[in-house]
Amino acid sequence: MVEEFQASKPIYMQIADKINQQIIRGELLPGNKLPSVREMAVKSGVNPNTIQRTYSELERMEIVETRRGQGTFVTENEGMLHQLKLRMQMDIIESFVKNMKELGLTEEDMVSGLKRYFIGKREI
Amino acid sequence: MIEFKNISKKYGRDSGLDDVSFALDKGKIYGLIGPNGSGKSTTLKMIAGLVRPTKGTVLVRGKAVDRRIAKDVAYLSELDMFYQPFTVKDMIDFYASQFEDFRIDRVNELLAFMKLDPDKKLKQLSKGNRGRLKLVLALARETSVLLLDEPFSGLDPMVRDSIVKGLLSYIDFENQTVVIATHEIDEIEPLLDEVLAIKDGKVIDRQNVEELRETKGLSIIQWMKMTFKE
Repeated sequence: MVEEFQASKPIYMQIADKINQQIIRGELLPGNKLPSVREMAVKSGVNPNTIQRTYSELERMEIVETRRGQGTFVTENEGMLHQLKLRMQMDIIESFVKNMKELGLTEEDMVSGLKRYFIGKREI
Repeated sequence: MIEFKNISKKYGRDSGLDDVSFALDKGKIYGLIGPNGSGKSTTLKMIAGLVRPTKGTVLVRGKAVDRRIAKDVAYLSELDMFYQPFTVKDMIDFYASQFEDFRIDRVNELLAFMKLDPDKKLKQLSKGNRGRLKLVLALARETSVLLLDEPFSGLDPMVRDSIVKGLLSYIDFENQTVVIATHEIDEIEPLLDEVLAIKDGKVIDRQNVEELRETKGLSIIQWMKMTFKE
């Protein structure tokens, strides 16, 4: 089925996020070839110009590289991929912290809350 | 690729289009949205040379549109008109006899993609399969303009999905200009470059789908509700 997208974020960014997640989870490995723009467009039901923009953005972030006449590949620069992982973690932490602050919680509340959460999980 | 210059169309005393001007570029997919009777079909028919403006000029590839524009424009009608005793294959042969650019070599691939049996009679086809066949006939032509009038109306989600994927697989997205008039906008939003909103025969707004999300955080549906309420 055609994918669903959130309204608040450009579609090209949402697809870039998805590809980044696949890279971090190891579903896409360094040096792996990404689907062609057309294949990706068909797979996700998205305008090819949008996919082109996703690929350009990933290239700008140095996460993928386009080899002339061959296609687009995940970078083999492990340093870049490590940075990507840190950056995505940071994004999630930032939004978590922001939400908690909006509830009026302090840093200590968050840390102890997290600890309690993980202990609770283990006991279940 | 397509240009409307101060186009008006009157049907008797009623106004179909009222002083409409816009230009559409090659290699882009446009959505034409608006309530029933707003002028969407009239706009498409004018590009296809099937309706003539009362005032103004329509240009396709720089040429003023007349009936001969059918050479450059493939048009999928919202109507469901087929000669019942024909088989799918007969219909394809008929299209091939009418249009020089009809790619008979591409048809079998398209039929397989849409899971259509060439030997089936048209009267035996379900509504969904008639919708698929219409798209096959439109996509098998090599034209610079592809017009689709309500390609999803009354079709189930599976058929809609196969139509979206068929479009993405077979349009020539660097050279073809595609215009889709539709109510089912959420279905195809990710497919579109730009959307034109038509109301009472006027183009009241025009937006780039991704820009709208970036600058206003709105999907087309949300934007449409705001635009048409005013």
